[in-house]
Amino acid sequence: MEKTITQKPDSKKQNLKIDSENDDESISKSLLKKFFIEVSSLTIFTLRFFREVLKPPYEFNELVKQSFLIGYKSLPLVAITGFIIGLVLTIQSRPTLAKFGAESWLPAMVAVSIIREIGPVITALIFAGKVGSGIGAELASMNVTEQIDAMQVSHTNPFKYLVVTRVISATVMLPLLVIFADAVGLFGSFIGVNLKGNVSAYLFFSQVFQSLEFKDLFPAIIKTFFFGFAIGLIGSYKGYNSNKGTEGVGKAANTAVVFGSLMIFIIDMIAVQITSLFQS
Amino acid sequence: MTIVESSIEIKKDIKQNNSVVVEMRNLKKSFEKNHVLRDINLSINKGENLVILGQSGTGKSVLIKCIVGLVELDEGKLLIFGKDISELKNKELIEIRKKIGFLFQSGALYDSMTVRENLEFPLTRQLGSIPKEEMNSLIVEALTDVGLEEAIDKTPSELSGGMRKRLGLARTLILKPEIMLYDEPTTGLDPITSKEISRLILEVQKKYNTSSIIITHDIECAKLTANRIIVIKDGVCAAQGSYADLEKSADSWIRSFFE
Repeated sequence: MEKTITQKPDSKKQNLKIDSENDDESISKSLLKKFFIEVSSLTIFTLRFFREVLKPPYEFNELVKQSFLIGYKSLPLVAITGFIIGLVLTIQSRPTLAKFGAESWLPAMVAVSIIREIGPVITALIFAGKVGSGIGAELASMNVTEQIDAMQVSHTNPFKYLVVTRVISATVMLPLLVIFADAVGLFGSFIGVNLKGNVSAYLFFSQVFQSLEFKDLFPAIIKTFFFGFAIGLIGSYKGYNSNKGTEGVGKAANTAVVFGSLMIFIIDMIAVQITSLFQS
Repeated sequence: MTIVESSIEIKKDIKQNNSVVVEMRNLKKSFEKNHVLRDINLSINKGENLVILGQSGTGKSVLIKCIVGLVELDEGKLLIFGKDISELKNKELIEIRKKIGFLFQSGALYDSMTVRENLEFPLTRQLGSIPKEEMNSLIVEALTDVGLEEAIDKTPSELSGGMRKRLGLARTLILKPEIMLYDEPTTGLDPITSKEISRLILEVQKKYNTSSIIITHDIECAKLTANRIIVIKDGVCAAQGSYADLEKSADSWIRSFFE
């Protein structure tokens, strides 16, 4: 009797353990399957983009409109972010540099940090939050309210009209916004330097430009084209393929930001590796 | 004269002939394991209003989406103006589809555009760049047809449900289609606005001599607009006839639609 009493819970526990292991396995299998499905459909979507982008007719008017909405309308947000980054980075770095008596290196250090890394990445993350989510939500709501179908019935290629224009605009506008954010960031840094000192604009900016080289600027700008492309493409992909009613709109906006931001870091990591190959 | 009486008057004046504009033969469509359309056979004559009734999820909307190419068929033949669309080249298919108008259940208005821009969009897409005066007169004519001429500079969000449906109809009519497809045109509207939309459908039929397929659950709309009614059950056409015929059907399930 005792044996059976002591054995029963053990065997139950074992069965439960096996069940939970099977559950874990099936969950991980379905997650893996979902991941591969997502990757393959995103690849097909990307290939479709490259096919459609070359084929006439070209939607120039919509491209200009989207560039205005995506680029010009993002200027205030990007300017505020850039200014704060420059200012904060300067204020935070000053004590450390002062410890080593290298306070005079402050403009150069901040400039290299902003131009090479912080400016492009932070601006791209802000851009993903504003533009990526906007594209995702807009296209998803157009999908839910049958506007994309209506476009197709009006003999318009909705992919070309909605997706191609937004992806190109995001790709072209982000580098311009990054250049603008870098400039405002350096101005913020100049203000930061002058909060506890007295450095002329001429001296500050001549130190900045002396410290910067072509190899700092060029890779930093090139990678922003890829950031912009990824943000536009992922936002469009999530919105265009959303199919769960109003719930899908929120989900499309959310996942567009999450995956867009993740892609920024992945592209940045690859870009840094490639750049270091050429620099070494 | 009430809306219903004026609708009956319009209906009396409408002329039809026997030339078939849309014909479906053994149409089948499935979504994975869900066989939505099992074997659909039907035809629509020139100038005829065909109402399709059926329970929700029986594939009525799928059926008309197949006609405009929003949904691809699995099997069967679809002939539009006597031409099998599966045998047509892309350019010919586009030309044929230009003659078809589609009124979506939600209106499917472009939220980011004004009423005027909503009408300009299909015009410029189909006709290319046309003189501004001609464009204006076409827009005003389409809006006048649906009684929305004063809303020309409003945005869709400023319009009521009935106005949105009418604008959706104007956007379709501006291209002067020969075939009109209505996907639940009176859903979500009050009884009076529903009757106004039904009368509008008849006015369109009379003015443009369109052939129409009307998907609806609104039996009043079916009664006012239909020249013929088809009832879909389990993916096949279960019955067809006039409103009066089907109302007295021996099948209690069909009769239940009209009670």
